[in-house]
Amino acid sequence: MTYTDDKLKNAVREYTIRLADDRMILSQRLSELCGHGPILEEDIATTNTALDLLGQAKLYYEKAAELTNENTSADDLVFFRNEREFTNVQIVEQDNGDFAHTIFRQLLFDVYEILLYSDLVNSKDEDLKAIAAKAIKETKYHLRHSRDWMLKLGGGTEESHRRMKDAVDWFWSYSGELFYSDEVDELLINEGIAPDMSKKRDEYYKTVNKILEESELDEMDPDVWMQSGGRNGRHSESLGHILAAMQYLPRSMPDAKW
Amino acid sequence: MTDTNQDTQWPLWEVFVQPKSGRPYQHVGSLHATDAEHALQNARDVYSRRQEGVAIWIVPAEHIVASTPEDVGPFFDPANDKVYRHPTFYKIPKGVNVDVH
Repeated sequence: MTYTDDKLKNAVREYTIRLADDRMILSQRLSELCGHGPILEEDIATTNTALDLLGQAKLYYEKAAELTNENTSADDLVFFRNEREFTNVQIVEQDNGDFAHTIFRQLLFDVYEILLYSDLVNSKDEDLKAIAAKAIKETKYHLRHSRDWMLKLGGGTEESHRRMKDAVDWFWSYSGELFYSDEVDELLINEGIAPDMSKKRDEYYKTVNKILEESELDEMDPDVWMQSGGRNGRHSESLGHILAAMQYLPRSMPDAKW
Repeated sequence: MTDTNQDTQWPLWEVFVQPKSGRPYQHVGSLHATDAEHALQNARDVYSRRQEGVAIWIVPAEHIVASTPEDVGPFFDPANDKVYRHPTFYKIPKGVNVDVH
């Protein structure tokens, strides 16, 4: 998809990079669990999710690279941008913690992603539309998986319940940023390219609170202080550690090939 | 589940995958899971990652009734010398797709 208007083109690029960064960083986080999952089956399940997200990120980065200039590749965007240039929401960069943490972070992202993709499939940008149509099937499965674990751990033993509750408390303030909106979003919403996620916020918290209730956990208040800054390149300490691991090889050996 | 699960593992389930619509389900392996939905999800993750099929059956392993090694003689040997039970005397027309098991 080509854009003649520079302002619009840059906004689409920025928006696409945000989509890419969210998924790339979450994928990198989840892939840390490869070989370390609580049981073999779960190890594979987590790695599958990581791979799904990596596949989505790749498609977004390729589109963003195309919109940047002809000399930029998807790999350049992943491996040769610095921390302040990454525009992912902070929730995806947070440590895996225990399994309850990993699951609740995933649930918050999955519920959001379903709401995002169910509208993005109608985007006027043909690429975003096509990626969303493919990705929403994957996301539906991710949610089924994370929701099932919420119910199990929340309603499980005293220890699993306590750990799940810790995870909810820890991640709650990171959920608000998923609905961050600025002039990039506004422009694309007006053009029918991006969905207006502010209209989905109520539905989001209603869905998450319903799952909390089903998991025998207390409902949470969406109208509390929330973390922000990721979309503007301000991150928690965790992102630096991820990038160090992720970018080390191509930066020390820029021409390395598989 | 009953006390067949004496180790610290979750109960064992057997997984059957249908490769294509209309085809018989085939046993592909087993896995551990806490309940049926969990087993179905694990089966999806472990055994359908490379487009192996279109549908999955899950059966608690303890519900499988199996013959024993001692049954081999009485169960299977009598068929050894009865070649006429095999439909090997027919010519298969060209273009007919036959699965050999």
